[in-house]
This record gives sequence, structure tokens and C-alpha cells, in this order.
Amino acid sequence: MVLWLLILLPALAGGILLLSGRRANAAAAPLAVAVAVALLGLAVAATVLRPAVEVPALEGIPAGLAVDGLAALAVMTVSAIFLAVVVFSSADIGRQEARARFFGLMLLFVAAMLITVTSTGTLTLLGSWEVMGAVSYALIGYWWPDAGRVKSATLAFITTRTADLGMYLAAGAALAGGAAGLRLDALAGMPSGWRDVALAGLALAALGKSAQLPFSFWLSHAMAGPSPVSALLHSATMVAAGGYLLLRIEPGMAATGWLGAAVAWIGALTALLLGAVAFAQRDLKQLLAASTCSQIGFIVLAAGAGSVVGGGAQFVAHAAVKSLLFLVAGAWLSYLGTKDLLELRGVARGGTHGSVGGYRTAGITFTLGVLALGGLPPLSIWTAKDAVLAGVLRQSPALYVVGLAAAAVSAAYAAKALAVVWAKPQPAPGKRRRALPTAVLLPMPVLAAAAVLLGLFGVPSIGKWWQEFLGLPNIGGPAPWELAVSGLVALAVTVWIYCQQTRRLAGEGTLLGVPAAGGTGLSGDWLGLEHAATVLISRPTMALAVSLARFDDRMLARSVDAAAVLVLKAATLTDLRLERRLSGAVGGLTSVVRKLARSARRPQTGLIYQYYAQALIVMTVLAVLFVVMR
Amino acid sequence: MYSEVTVFSEVTVFPELPVLSFIVFLPVVVGAALLLVPEARRRLVGWIWIATAAVDLGLVVALWIDYAAGGGRSGGSAGVQAGAGTGAIGYETKFAWMPTLGSGYHMGVDGLSLPLVALTALLFLVCAIYSVRQEHRPRAHAALFLFLQTVSLGLFVSLDLILFFIFFDLSIVGMYFIIAVWGHGSAVRSALQFFLYTFIGSLALLLGFIVLYLASDPHTFDIVELIRQDPLKNDPVLGGLALLAISIGLAVKTPTVPFHTWLPPAHTDAPAPGSVILAGVLLKMGTFGFVRIAMPILPGPWRSYAMGFVIVGLVSVLYGALVAMAQTNFKRMVAYTSVNHMGYIILGLGAAGLAAGSNPHAANLAVTGAVTQMLSHGLLTGALFLLAGALFERGHTYEMSAYGGLAGGAPRFAGLTAVAVFGSLGLPGLSGFIAEFQIFTGSLEAAPVPTALALLGILITAALLLRMLAQMFFGPVRQPTAEQLESGAPSAGLLSAGTPGDLRPRELLSVAPLLVLAIVVGVLPRFLLDLIEPAAHALIVLVAAAAP
Repeated sequence: MVLWLLILLPALAGGILLLSGRRANAAAAPLAVAVAVALLGLAVAATVLRPAVEVPALEGIPAGLAVDGLAALAVMTVSAIFLAVVVFSSADIGRQEARARFFGLMLLFVAAMLITVTSTGTLTLLGSWEVMGAVSYALIGYWWPDAGRVKSATLAFITTRTADLGMYLAAGAALAGGAAGLRLDALAGMPSGWRDVALAGLALAALGKSAQLPFSFWLSHAMAGPSPVSALLHSATMVAAGGYLLLRIEPGMAATGWLGAAVAWIGALTALLLGAVAFAQRDLKQLLAASTCSQIGFIVLAAGAGSVVGGGAQFVAHAAVKSLLFLVAGAWLSYLGTKDLLELRGVARGGTHGSVGGYRTAGITFTLGVLALGGLPPLSIWTAKDAVLAGVLRQSPALYVVGLAAAAVSAAYAAKALAVVWAKPQPAPGKRRRALPTAVLLPMPVLAAAAVLLGLFGVPSIGKWWQEFLGLPNIGGPAPWELAVSGLVALAVTVWIYCQQTRRLAGEGTLLGVPAAGGTGLSGDWLGLEHAATVLISRPTMALAVSLARFDDRMLARSVDAAAVLVLKAATLTDLRLERRLSGAVGGLTSVVRKLARSARRPQTGLIYQYYAQALIVMTVLAVLFVVMR
Repeated sequence: MYSEVTVFSEVTVFPELPVLSFIVFLPVVVGAALLLVPEARRRLVGWIWIATAAVDLGLVVALWIDYAAGGGRSGGSAGVQAGAGTGAIGYETKFAWMPTLGSGYHMGVDGLSLPLVALTALLFLVCAIYSVRQEHRPRAHAALFLFLQTVSLGLFVSLDLILFFIFFDLSIVGMYFIIAVWGHGSAVRSALQFFLYTFIGSLALLLGFIVLYLASDPHTFDIVELIRQDPLKNDPVLGGLALLAISIGLAVKTPTVPFHTWLPPAHTDAPAPGSVILAGVLLKMGTFGFVRIAMPILPGPWRSYAMGFVIVGLVSVLYGALVAMAQTNFKRMVAYTSVNHMGYIILGLGAAGLAAGSNPHAANLAVTGAVTQMLSHGLLTGALFLLAGALFERGHTYEMSAYGGLAGGAPRFAGLTAVAVFGSLGLPGLSGFIAEFQIFTGSLEAAPVPTALALLGILITAALLLRMLAQMFFGPVRQPTAEQLESGAPSAGLLSAGTPGDLRPRELLSVAPLLVLAIVVGVLPRFLLDLIEPAAHALIVLVAAAAP
């Protein structure tokens, strides 16, 4: 019952909003907030009750949902972040916008995410997974009159769907391998071969959704949506869903013996390289987007290295931090009109140009969020990341080193952003800031508190409770020296980059990592991945399509026409050569017959004596014949 | 000779109510009567047509409910145990018709045909609603559609090859006139091409039927009897040839690559309701023929040559999708996606032939998915073609580059198109996913490489359909310019602002039911699968029992 409500409430509310269209614009935000509050309550209930449901769907393949430890964690995180984002949106998405469409889509989106995290089998997982992708398409392309945004939405959908094909493959492999009901927890026990195909397929889908290498570029485009969409998409849903799925199938990946390591390396490299990409951005939202790939990379790394507990902690901590940062960045974009880092100089100082409501709050919460993002002790991501790295070290020291380097890069881009927002403000004469509304500010302190306090999981007793809550075997946390190393690295990098960037801004007024001559380097351009995809995949496919279409029109269709023409020619030929002769022959025959008839008419003269003479001749002939024959 | 008559009369089953015959022949009777409606009362024609189609659909729904509850089983002659959930043939009508030929008037429904019967009744009803304002020769138009409805329903319930063949060919005749008389562009040429191509295809079909007849002992065209006899089980060469002839005939109608070239021009020049029936019903006659005739009567050859069907299906999937991607004309694009969608069906049926012996569960899934795909394609492509008609009425061109930003002036039009598009690209929550998921999942083990390659089809269709959405519905507003218009039609000012350009009630009422049903099947598929699965089982048991 709880589980059904958890799924159906947002799905139905969203459906109703979308169907009502503009009429429901006024009611949309209050309805969405009410549903979000209810969802949070239901999530708590689900965490306590741990419900499971299963209904028949396809032959031998039921649709099953269940809340276990990992799912409870995700359900709680998703509901909490959703509430924060919806409250923010109620002010951020203006009254002149199509609010019914926006909130309807958001509700559908969260319903799809909730089904994704509670799915027990491949069918429901794939279903909700793809619906989530489609709804994200609609949300990214929310401002559809702008063709560029729609293009971004299409790119995001197509890229993630490319990876989703792995999940279709996984479903078939699960059936072939005999996984009962295509259940996810039955995959590990299948015979190798199909087991490896199934898990690799799922992992591929997860890597695409969570924008890991080489799929990362779609996330850059996902920024085209409204800020609350980014806040939700990057923190607790969609991108995070990929990491979550990998955590869920960790036992299976471990069983294959090779997939875990492959996935771990992809995660570690993404964490490192996309961290560098984040550092090279001049746009705050792009910086945050790249940092999402990088931070989710740690979840992927955790799943690959069998450190599910750490991955779960990173899932929660990153959700809180990233939603906070996107909300603040979104508020700045909506109310200051910019996301360019150079224009955002000193924005956290708030009151320098006369105190205008809320900017101080936004600035302080942003600072807390960025410090957490940089992995500074004792904040949430520091402990989470160390829990991940502790598991990684046991697997492979090389991976641990890459992970640690990635953590240092995280500290670098975080420090860069921090230095910018606390720099000496750009004088902006005559430009009055608008006050931030309460609904925009309300979620920020709550999320900031979460970003800080989730660090408590680093405390051993709480960490132990955490593992029991997840229902996972105790694999032990990080050793004290590991915590010290990562903390010191983060601290040192932060201080160093902060000072560097502050000096740069005071002097040349430029950003670190961004080429001074303008343009973007390879990192600024997201490693050129999109270009590669265009050159290697899109263009050849389109060229193939065009040449096939030409073949279809000019060769295949023409050959049918040609066959018809051939038949027509054959007919003409038959007519000329055969039919004419035949009819000529028939005509000849008739003329011969006619001549015969004419000559047969000649004896009929009507004169009796001639008839007598004829009769006499005939009789004579007959008499002669009679005599001869005898 | 007389004794054969008595044989037939012995097995003749006269049910208390010949409900199936009534459903089949009601439309044509009303259609004939419609021709007598006086010119002054021509407005009545549309309403009588709608009422007839609605009554017919109501009867089919009642039949479905009754059949699902275990009714209508006459048992016995089908050679299958009667009772609910066995996939047995129900509502059988059988009496001697041409006894010297071994051909009878034999009709019945099962889980393979009933979904298509229901789809046919529904699609003809929405065509009636869509055409309520038909101005050009409304009586002949309605009568021809009602005739075509009888023909289509008759084909799906036929249990006799001659009966099947007659309906098969009559459908071509009816559609020829619809395209030629009510079409646009080079309609007469397209109609003729359609007629000749599919008619020649049907001759191959007839050849195959005659081979089956001659091989059977006693000679018969009765499908149930032929299934029981499995006449060519000891003659693999002749069996293969019979399968080849029948498959070519059905492949032309389906159509699969390379027999598809008649489809795009026929669709492009057909009127919207004609396209709906062509795509939604007539193409299904081809795919239905595979599950009704080719697979059960020639199970051994089917298993032997299953890989061939898998490959034909795969080629259709990829070729159809890629060629669709290169189209600039909306209707041609949808027509090529039909080739792609039909490809999944052939792929699934082929894979079922491969898997029947080793993994019946997978084979059942593939067959169930294939039948679901027939229904799903009818709903979604039907909706897309009606929307294409609405587009043409306003902009007088199908060129996609002529339009832009339609979502602003026509939000309902855009919304319904988006739903149909996402359904067509196989988004979960819509019927296409239920179909394609089962086909892929059921086929992978038996044909791993072709199935994996066929997955690319759903990616390509997603790309091309979303590109179309972006071009026509989003971005800045674009309107057809004078030189883009196909005919000298009045300039289309209806699309720009306000609601007049949006869907009118008759358009909304004809498109929305199809999409609602697609969503119902996508979310709650059990009501449909409960019907199809037992019949798919029965089919797979037949196929599995034969030696390949």
C-alpha cells in the first residue's frame, strides 16, 4: 500500500497536471509541494515498513517493487531532495510560465525515479529508466521555442538511450540465462556467458545515465533546462540513478570477475578527467555539471570495487551538496541574470552594495556546499569519499592513487568557485539586485545542514549503524591515516588554489584553467567527446541513411518500375510479333475458307439441266469407284 | 463427390447465433444500403457510418469479454481441448461452400485473431469519426470503407485458405479505389502500383495454397484440417517451396525489405483514413498470415528456415529505420518506420521458430510480442497518419521543413503527436514497448547477433522521430510558403495563433482513443496478454512438435 502510494501519487498527480494544461497553472505549484510533502512521509513509512509488491506483467516476468536497505536510502534521498527542489521551483518558475507542464513533468520524473530505485526486476527497471529519460527530455527542452534547448534535450535523450540498449540486451540475456522473473538479484547466480552479458549490459546503461566516460558530454547539454531541473537531475535522480544501479548490481559484477574492475576504472578516470573539465569551465553551471560526472564517478568506482557502503554514503552526500549548489546557482541566474563566473565575483558577500534580502544566506550556504564538494574535513563528501577509497585500496593501490588524485582535483575546482564568489565584487553601477523570495531561500539552509551533518557517518558508531541499515556486510571503514591523507590533500589544494585564484582575480581578472586568449581548451570543451560522437557516429549514420534512401528511390523502387515497363514492352512485343502474325494467320485461313466457299457457290446456278448433268457426273464417278474398289 | 458433402454437413456447426458472421457482414450490408440514401440527405451518411462502426466495435468488445470468460468454444473440430485459456478457436461457423474444392465457409476467432479483429473495428470507427465531414462523394466513400471493413474482419476470422485469399484480394481492390478516388498527388499512379504489386504478391500466395491443397489428403483448403494433417511433413523440399511462395505473398503485403517500395507512395498519396487502414489493418494481413497459416501449417519448414526470417526481419528493421531517417516528407517517414516496425514482427516470429524446440518460454514471449506489435503498430501509426491528415488539411504539404514551432499554435496537436511519437519509438508506458521488449527478450537467446543489431533500430527511430518533433513542433514558428504547397490551396493561416489551428473535435475524438488505448496496453497489458499468450502457446506447441 505504502509502495503503491509512493509510486501512484506523483504519477497520477503529474498526469492530471499535464492533461489539464494551462487551466491548472495556478494550482500546479501548491499541488506539487503537497505531493512532495506526502512523498517524504511515505518515504519514511517505506523505510520503516520495507514493503514489497509484485504483480503479473508479462509471461513469467512479473513487475516487482521492493524497498530494501539500499532502496530505502535512495527513496529517502529522492523524496527529500524533490521536496527542496519543488519548494524552490514554486518561486523560481514564474507565473507566466507553463507551470502545469513543468510541475506535471517533475512529478512524473520523480515517480519514474522512485520506480527505478525500488525495481526488483529488469522489466520495471527498464520501463522506469527509459521513462525517466523521456521526461528529462521534456524538462531539458522545457523552453521549446528555443531550438538550441530542444537540440540539447534530443542529444541528451539519444545519448542515454544509446547506453540503454545495454539494458534491453540484459533483459534478453537474463531470460536466456534463466534468471527467474528477470530478477536483478538472480543475475549473479546465472551461468557465465549470459551472466556476463546481462551485467555488462546493465552496467553500460548505468554508465550512460550517470554520464560517465565516454558518455559525459550529454550532461553539459542538460544545463539547457530550468535550474530546478538541473538541481534534481544532477543530485538525486537520473545521473545518480546510474550510480545507484551499479551499487545494486554490485554482487553480480563481482561474480563476473572482470566487470567490477572495468567499471571501477571507468569511474576513477571519469572522476579524475571530468574533475579537470570542471576546473576548466568559466560558467558556474557547467562547472557544477562536470563536477557531477566527477563525483558520481566515485559512486561508480565504489560499485566496481565492491565498496557499496561507501557508494551509498557518496550517493546521499552528493545529492544534498549538488542540489544545494544548483539551487543557489539557479537563484543567482534567475535573480542576477548570470552564471558566468567572472560576473559572479563577490556574489557571496551579499551586503556590500546595501543589504538586499537573502544573498548572504545564499552565499554562506553555497560556501558550505562548495567546501563539502571539495572534500574538506569533516564535511559529508570527505567521509563518504574516504569510505569509498578505503574499499578501493583493498582492491587495487593504483585505483586508490587515481581516486586520491581525483579528490585533489575536486578540491581544486571547488576552491576556484569559492575564490570567485568571495572575491572583491565587480562594481555594477545602477544594477539593483532583486530580493530572493522566501521559497527560494528556504531549502538552502536545510540542504547545507545536510551537506555538513552527513559527515557524521564518518563517526565509527554511526558508520556501523549505517551499514546495518543498508543490510550490508561490515567491511570496515577507512584507517585513520587514510582519513588524514585525504583530508590534508583536500585542505592543501583548497588553500593553494583559493589563494592563486584570488590573486588572479585581483590582478588580471581571469580564471584559472581557462585559456586567457579566449576559446576553450580540450578540458573546457568536455574533452571533445561530443565532437567525437558527431564525427564518428552521427554523421556516418546520417550519410548511410541518405545513401540508403537514394538506393531505395533510385534502385529498388525503379527496378520495380522497370519490371513493370519490361512487362509492358513484352506485351507490345507479343502484340507486334506474335499477335499480329497469329491474327494474320487466322485472317489467311478465313480468306482461304472464304475462297473455297465462293467456289462452292459456283455450281449452284439454279438451272435444272445443269443439276442433272452434275448428278450424272457424280453418279458416274461413284459407279467407277464402286467397280474399282471391288 | 456426394459423400464429401455429407462429410462436411456432419461437421457443420451451427451455433445458436452466428455472431461472427453478423459482425463481419454488418458493415457491407449497411454500406450497400447507404448508396440508396438520397443526395439531399447526404449529411446522414456520416452518422449512419459512425453508428454502424460503433455497433460493430461494441459487438467485438462483447465477443472479447465473452471469449475471455471462456465462452464461444465450440470445441471438437479445432482438435484442441475446449475451455478458457487454451487458445482454442471460438465462435466457429462452418458449412459446405465449395465442397468439390474442399473449401468451406469456415470462420472462428482465437487469441491471435481477436486482437486484430478488435483493432480493425476500432480503426474503422475512428476513420468514420474522422471522415464525418467528408465532402467528396460521401456515400461512395462510406460504402467503400464499410466494404473494406467487412473484408478485413473476414480475413482475420477466416479458417479456410480460399476464404482468406478472397478477402486478401478484395482488400486490395477496395484500397485501390480509396487511394485512386480520394487520394492526392499522383494518386492514380500510386494506387495502380499498389494494386499490381500486392496483387502479384497474392498470386504467389495462391500458388502456395494450391500446393498445400494438392499435398493434403483428403484434399482440403480448411486451415484447421491442414494444421491437423501437416501435409508436407515428409516432403521438406516441397514444404520449403510452399513456404517460400506463401512467404513472398505475405512479405509483399507486410511489407518487408525488399518488397516494400509500393508502401511509401501509396501512403503519401492516400487520404488520411486510407493510410490508417492501409497501415493499421492491411499490413497486418501479411504478418497475421504468418501466424495463422505459414507457421502452423508448415511448422517443419518454418523451423528449418527460421534464420532466414530473422535476417529478413533484421534487414527490414535497420533498412526501414535508416531510410526513414533520410526522409523529408512526414508521411513517407512514417511509412518507412512501418517497414521498421513490421521487421520486429518477422524477426520475433523467426526467432520463435528457432527457440520453439529449446526454450518454449522465450518462443512464447517472441510470438506474444509479435502479435502485440501488430496491435500496437495499428494504434500508434494509425494515430500518426490521422495527425498527418490534420497537418495536410492545414498546411497542404507533408514537407517537414515547411513547419516549425507548431506547439505554440496547436498545443493539443503537438501533445498528441508527441505521445504517438514516443509510443512509436518504443517508450515504456506505451504499447510499443510491451511488444518490442517481448520480441527482443524472447529472441536474444535464439538469435543473439541479429537481435542485438535489431536493438539499433529503436535507437535510430528515436533519433529520427525526435528530430522530426524538434523541426516541426519546437523552435521558431515556420509556415508553408506558397511554393512549398503541393496544390494551389489557400494559404494556411490557421496554424499560427490561437486555437483554430489546433485539432478540431472530430480529429481529437479520432486520435485520442487510439493513444489512450496505447497507454492502457502499455501500463496494464494483462487484459491483452491473457488473450494472446494461450494462443501463442498453442502455436509454439505446434511448431515445436514438428521436426525441423
